[in-house]
Amino acid sequence: MKNTALFLILRRMRTPLLVLIAAYAISILGLVLIPGTEVDGNPQHLTFFHAFYIMTYTATTTGFGELPVPFNDAQRLWVTISLYISVVAWLYAIGALITMLRDPALRQLIGQNRFAAQVRRLNEPFYIVCGYGDTGSVVVHSMIDCNLGAVAIDKNQDRLNELMLESLPVHVPFLCGDASLPSNLTMAGLNHPYCRGVLALCEDDLANLRIAITCRLLSPGLAVICRAQSHDTEANMDSFGTDAVINPFDTFADRLALALHSPDMHLLYEWLTGIPGAPLPERLHPPHGTWVVCGFGRFGKAVQRYLEFEGVPMVIVESDPAKTKAPKNVIIGRGTEAVTLRAAHIEKAVGIVAGTDDDANNLSIIVTARELNPKLFLVARQNDNENDAVFQSARLDLVMQRARAISRRILALITAPLLTDFLRLMRHQKTEWAKELIEYMRPLLGGVTPVLWTVGMTEEEAPAMEKALQSGAILTVSLLLRDPHDREQRLQAMALMMKRGKEEHLLPEDDMELKPGDRILFCGREGMAAHQRRTLMNPNVIHYLVSGESLPDGTIWRWLAHRGG
Amino acid sequence: MNIEKVIFSFFIVLALTLNFGFFLGEFENPEHHNVYELFAVVIVNLIATVLKFGERTQMGAVLLATSLVASLQLIAAVLMWTFAVHIHNTGLTPLIMSTIVSLAGGALVANIISVVLLVIDISVQRR
Repeated sequence: MKNTALFLILRRMRTPLLVLIAAYAISILGLVLIPGTEVDGNPQHLTFFHAFYIMTYTATTTGFGELPVPFNDAQRLWVTISLYISVVAWLYAIGALITMLRDPALRQLIGQNRFAAQVRRLNEPFYIVCGYGDTGSVVVHSMIDCNLGAVAIDKNQDRLNELMLESLPVHVPFLCGDASLPSNLTMAGLNHPYCRGVLALCEDDLANLRIAITCRLLSPGLAVICRAQSHDTEANMDSFGTDAVINPFDTFADRLALALHSPDMHLLYEWLTGIPGAPLPERLHPPHGTWVVCGFGRFGKAVQRYLEFEGVPMVIVESDPAKTKAPKNVIIGRGTEAVTLRAAHIEKAVGIVAGTDDDANNLSIIVTARELNPKLFLVARQNDNENDAVFQSARLDLVMQRARAISRRILALITAPLLTDFLRLMRHQKTEWAKELIEYMRPLLGGVTPVLWTVGMTEEEAPAMEKALQSGAILTVSLLLRDPHDREQRLQAMALMMKRGKEEHLLPEDDMELKPGDRILFCGREGMAAHQRRTLMNPNVIHYLVSGESLPDGTIWRWLAHRGG
Repeated sequence: MNIEKVIFSFFIVLALTLNFGFFLGEFENPEHHNVYELFAVVIVNLIATVLKFGERTQMGAVLLATSLVASLQLIAAVLMWTFAVHIHNTGLTPLIMSTIVSLAGGALVANIISVVLLVIDISVQRR
C-alpha cells in the first residue's frame, strides 16, 4: 500500500529511461567507431571514456569543444546528429517526469499516503468526522476547543482547502475521498487504538447510512453518531444500533415546543447544551396563540408536528402544496408577499416561523411580517453559515441554524455521555423543579455557560477514590465538591446526576454515599474539573478532605512521620 | 504470445550471454576481453534493469534486485578500466585485468540468477 506511489513513478519512468539509454548508447558507439583525425599516420579512435564525456556535455548542450584532438568532419556530422537525438530524449524524459508529478491520480495517492501516516502517528483520542461541510466545520472547531482530536474526510477538495487555510491550533489530518467507502474509513483510523468514534455528518443521508453500517460491522465497539434528515433513514440507522441519530429539524422543533411549553425547562436545556465559556442565554417567552409557519418542507413538517402536540393553533403557508403534501387548509404562496401573510391573518398571529430552504426568502418573510405585525415572535431557519451577520442584524427571537443545532448535541454526546440521560429525565419533572434548579445554578455559574463532565468511580478515571471505596471507606458526593486546597471551601460546581447500574438519581444529595462503579455528571465553572481530578487521583487529598489533616508525602517524610508517631 | 514478454526475456537473456562472452577467455589477458563487448553488456544490463521497474510481484522485485546487482558490478568494472587506462596510465596490467574480469564474473552470477528465476516463473505459470 505504502509503496504504490513509488511503483507508479518507476513504471511510468520506464519508457523515458529506455529512450535515454538508447540515445546515449547509439551516440557513444558511433563516436567510438568513427575513425578520427590521423596522428602519425594512424587514425585515432575515441575511447569509450572520451566518447561518454563528449556525449555528457553535448547532450546537456554545454559544449566544451573537440577533445582530445580536433574532430574531422565525419565526427562533427555524427556529433550534430547525436546532439539532436540526445536533447530530444532529455526533453522527453523531463517532460514525462513533470507530467507524472502533476498527475492528479499520483498526487491523490501521495496525499493519501501522507494522510495515512499522519493518522497512524496520532497519540491522543480522536473522532473521525465524515463530511466537512457547515456542520462538520463547526463540530471540528468546537471539538478542538474541548481538546479532542479530529480527522476529517470529505469528497470536496475545496472544503478541505478551507480547513487547511483556517488557523486551527491543532493539525487536523484530512482526506479527500468518499467517506462511505470502507477503505477510506480504515485509512482514517477506524481500527486505530485511539479512535473514539465516528461522526457521520454528510449532506447525503444515504452516505451517512453507509458509514454507520460500515462502522458497526468493521469496528463494533466504536461510538457512531449520525445526522439524518428523514425519518426513514433515522429508523434505519436506529435499527442496527447506531449510538445516536440527530435530526436537526426535529431537534430544533422540539426545542421550540419546549420553549412554548415551559420557558424554564427550555432555559435549562440551553444552559446545559451551550458552548462552554459563552455568556449564559436568557429566558425566552414565546407567546401562546396562533402561529404562522411558512414553508412546509422537512423543517416545516417537524415544527408542525411538535407544535400540534403542544396544542398550538397554526396556519401553514406553502407555495407548492402538492409536492410537499401539505394539509388542505394551507395558504398558497411563498409568504414573502404581504398578500399571502394577510391571508394567513398575520395581524392576529403571535409568532411566525420562516422555514423555507432559502435564506433570502426567510429574511424577506420576517421583514414583511414584522411590518404587518410588530409584536410577532420571530423564528427563522438559517440554511447557510455564511449568512450569520445578516441573521444577527435581523434581531430575531430564535434562529434555527442546522450546523449549530447538530454540533451542540454532538459535543454534549461525546464530552458528557450522561447528559442525554439527564435531559431525558429532566423532561419528566415539573416546571417548578426547573425554576428552582435555575435559581440554584445562577450564582454558581456566574453568568457563563458551564462545562459538563462525567466521572466514573473506576480504576482508570478515579484510582484513589476507587481504592478508598473498595477498602470500605464511606465517602459521599459532597467530598467530590470540596476544594482540595481548603476543605471548608466548595468548588463552583454541582452534581447533576448519578448513575449506579440501571439506577438513576437526579440531583444527588450531598450526603449520598458513593459506591465503586458509580458514574456522576457534574457541571460547573471552567477549571473545576481539574481541581476535582486531584481528589480523584491522590489518596492524600482524600484523607485531608475527610479528616482535615494533611499526610506527609514521599518516602522520607512518610518514614519520618512514622518514627515521630 | 505477448510481445512485451518477448522483449523482456530477450534483454534478460542477452544480458547473460553478452556477459558470458566478455567473461570467457584467459583471466588476465586483455586480448581476450573486448571493450566493445563490455560496453554492450553495460547497456543491455541497464535496459534490462529499467524494464523491471515497477513490477509489483515478489518475482519482479527479486528480478529487479539481481539486475541492479549486475549493473553495479559492471559499472565498477568500467570505472576500473577507465581509471587504469586514462587516469593512472598504468594500462591493462594482469592485476587490473583480473579485477575487471572478476567483477564481470560477479555480474555474470547475478545474471544467471535472473535467467533461472525467469525460467522458474514461466514453468510455474504453465500457460
